[in-house]
Amino acid sequence: MAAEMEPPPLGDAGQTDFREIEDGEGFFVSTVTTLESPEPSSPDPPSMPAEGISTNGPKQEDISLDDDPEDLFAEATEEVSLDSPEREPILSDGPSPAITPVTPTAMLTPRMGLGTAEMFERSLDEIEEDDSGDTFDMHIAVSDPEKVGTFNTVLMYSYIKTSMTIFSKNETTVRRRFSDFLGLHSKLASRYLHIGYIVPPAPEKSIVGMTKVKVGKEDLSSAEFVEKRRSALERYLMRTVKHPILLKDPDVMMFLESSELPRAVSTQALSGAGILRMVNKAADAVNKMTIKMNESDAWFEEKHQQFENLDLQLRKLHASVECLVCHRKELSVNTASFAKSAAMLGNSEDHTALSRALSQLAEVEEKIDQLHQDQAYADFYLFSELLGDYVRLITAVKGVFDHRMKTWSKWQDTQLLLQKKREAESKLQFANKPDKLQQAQDEIKELEGKVQQGEKDFELISKTIRKEVSRFEKERVKDFKVVIIKYLESLVQTQQQLIKYWEAFLPEAKAIA
Amino acid sequence: MTSTIDDSDKEKALSVSVDLNNDTSLLIDIPDALCERDKVKFTVHTKTTLSSFQKPDFSVPRQHEDFIWLHDALVETEDYAGLIIPPAPPKPDFESPREKMHKLGEGEATMTKEEYTKMKQELEAEYLAVFKKTVQVHEVFLQRLSSHPILSKDRNFQIFLEYDQDLSVRRKNAKETFGSFFKNMVKSADEVIISGIKEVDDFFEQEKTFLLDYSSKIKDSTARAEKMTRSHKNVADDYIHISSTLNSLSVDDNTKVEGRVASDQELKLTELLRYYMRDIQAAKDLLYRRARTLADYENSNKALDKARLKSKAVAAAEEQQQQCLQRFNKLSESGKRELTSFKGRRVVAFRKNLIEMAELEIKHAKVGQTGDSLSFYLFLYFILGQKFTYAKLTVSLNSLENSRK
Repeated sequence: MAAEMEPPPLGDAGQTDFREIEDGEGFFVSTVTTLESPEPSSPDPPSMPAEGISTNGPKQEDISLDDDPEDLFAEATEEVSLDSPEREPILSDGPSPAITPVTPTAMLTPRMGLGTAEMFERSLDEIEEDDSGDTFDMHIAVSDPEKVGTFNTVLMYSYIKTSMTIFSKNETTVRRRFSDFLGLHSKLASRYLHIGYIVPPAPEKSIVGMTKVKVGKEDLSSAEFVEKRRSALERYLMRTVKHPILLKDPDVMMFLESSELPRAVSTQALSGAGILRMVNKAADAVNKMTIKMNESDAWFEEKHQQFENLDLQLRKLHASVECLVCHRKELSVNTASFAKSAAMLGNSEDHTALSRALSQLAEVEEKIDQLHQDQAYADFYLFSELLGDYVRLITAVKGVFDHRMKTWSKWQDTQLLLQKKREAESKLQFANKPDKLQQAQDEIKELEGKVQQGEKDFELISKTIRKEVSRFEKERVKDFKVVIIKYLESLVQTQQQLIKYWEAFLPEAKAIA
Repeated sequence: MTSTIDDSDKEKALSVSVDLNNDTSLLIDIPDALCERDKVKFTVHTKTTLSSFQKPDFSVPRQHEDFIWLHDALVETEDYAGLIIPPAPPKPDFESPREKMHKLGEGEATMTKEEYTKMKQELEAEYLAVFKKTVQVHEVFLQRLSSHPILSKDRNFQIFLEYDQDLSVRRKNAKETFGSFFKNMVKSADEVIISGIKEVDDFFEQEKTFLLDYSSKIKDSTARAEKMTRSHKNVADDYIHISSTLNSLSVDDNTKVEGRVASDQELKLTELLRYYMRDIQAAKDLLYRRARTLADYENSNKALDKARLKSKAVAAAEEQQQQCLQRFNKLSESGKRELTSFKGRRVVAFRKNLIEMAELEIKHAKVGQTGDSLSFYLFLYFILGQKFTYAKLTVSLNSLENSRK
């Protein structure tokens, strides 16, 4: 069966957490196969829905690799998002949509991709979640960023997930826009932040980056931008689903499963909702300054301080690492240029052995330049992005603490109000105004209820935060450990390569007669 | 005469880091130097068995300008026109570390004390490296002179070595400096004209082409090598910032390694290229001088023909022509010798430097491995706090290292 499809090299391998990574060639995944005839409907496990067959014939099939390893049918991941107005333009779009053939689970196709990213991905396997009864065996991959639409070219991302018992199918693939991700985050934030859950922040919008992409500049920087965004989205989703409460949220479920989502318009930066958000943020900041909380719980005091420190340190570290990435890229460029000129020098040298040695030197430097590039890549994707994520996460954590403060302050305000009403009531008792008295007493009852509620809320949020923080800490440890080890490995590897190159060069230098 | 020169040439094996020749009759070194703001005072120490000197062992203080004076005096000596005069040592340039030090001072408030100390250490090391470099370069200049059979006997050279008072009275005054600047400009204009002259000798034709081409290439390589080492240094500085952000727990073997790779590379590769860039210029100057005499000779030929035609002052013209021819031949002969030995020197120097550089790179890469793991190990400890399982990570890191060795 595989023979029918002639799988191009970029294959989606058996492990579903493999994702295709753009090589920076363009937005259309290079696994393009011409479709001569529509693929016959696969004898797939019936649980796979057919996503709808468009007139041009690209098949959309979901594949359960777990159930049917023999199934080699191509999985058409360019499934049209069923926002119908966009369907036609997609189909008439230039190169044929990407098809990712699937190879049997046993065989892992050699990846043209990047080793470090792979390693990162694999490390996300088998993450046990202590709280839930299920073994948490969820993999999310965000892949295949693809341009669709003619005017408003928009990047669509898709992802694949597997095997969670609470979901109806073993695996689905859906396409989502960036604004969908933002929409999901804003829904979750509005629902959960104020009761103390740490909602992972979504990646940021970038007008400059997106414009470049839309304009169609297919150069290195826009490819990098796409890759950066893709991996950020993936991390975002993974964090979100690792959270046991958030995972059960209906919006999340819908996001992961349903093939079509209502367009999230309120996420646009300059929309009315956006402006409202900004105003709210400003108001919050002012409020924060005016609330003076009586912290009775030492734990919170300590944690708050701790997070402030961590925030500072991480920001500083992040800035330094970004500097490092920049400088390493520069180093690689300069090394390459030196390699070229050393080669030219070798050419004009008339002493043969020396000339050969110089050319060798040029080659070594060129290889080293490549090494530097790869290291820069690792620097960035492993280390710097992780730090960036955590800087944002800590902002969310601080936000949660702030919400707790707000809750407390609300409770206190209600209490104060109750106090005042009680005083007013006692005054009214002497003033002998029965209906006003009744009204006051009613109000008091209401307020008493509110006070109780406020207290409960406050306790609830405190409890939630404690749990959340401890989960956060655990996650953080895991995250950092995994990434640091990877990064360390990459550094070590670089050094090893360096040694190899120079050791190979040394005899050449010695051979100069 | 020729044979002894060849022999001693081979044994010279002069490289940027200088080896003394076998002839110990005149040994020069710069055992120490003092740096006072802009000025560097070198102590030139001479040990000699030659009777032409007053004492067998003596030292004098010299400034950079004195070296320049000596160099120019040699260049202007007619008799040495057929020799490659060793290039003058460049002016000591503390600008870059000084600027960095200044910036560091300004930014002191934003850094932790530890970070500041470390950056300061790095800067001091850089300063020291520049200092060492300039001492070496001046030393090499003198040593090349002392091992040259003809130049070592130069009177000015002797004065330079011996005269125990300030040489400033002999140094160029401002007017002369301007004059020499002008001369340089005329020279380069001449160079253009002269490179058009038909070369009579194959050897020199080849040398000319080679040197012109090589000179531009090596200039290019030098510039790029400098850029590369500067970037490397930036990366090293970043490592300092990063590791110092790790509170008091960080130990940065890593940064020292990276930093030192940069500065040692600087000393090796870039210096080699820089030195030979200047040396090649000196060789080109020789070619130029010889070409000038050729031009003179041709002119004198023309003058002779004219004189013969007019039958006037023929004897004088003939005399002139003979002189020109003699000078030309002398220059050609010594030029050939010098250029051949120059090539040999260059090959040996490159070889030595490339080997040393490769060995250094290997050494540092090996140290870097353990350094990296150490610093990140401690980073993890910091960032994970008490939740961190110490033992597990040690094990995994050790296995990393073992798998490497």
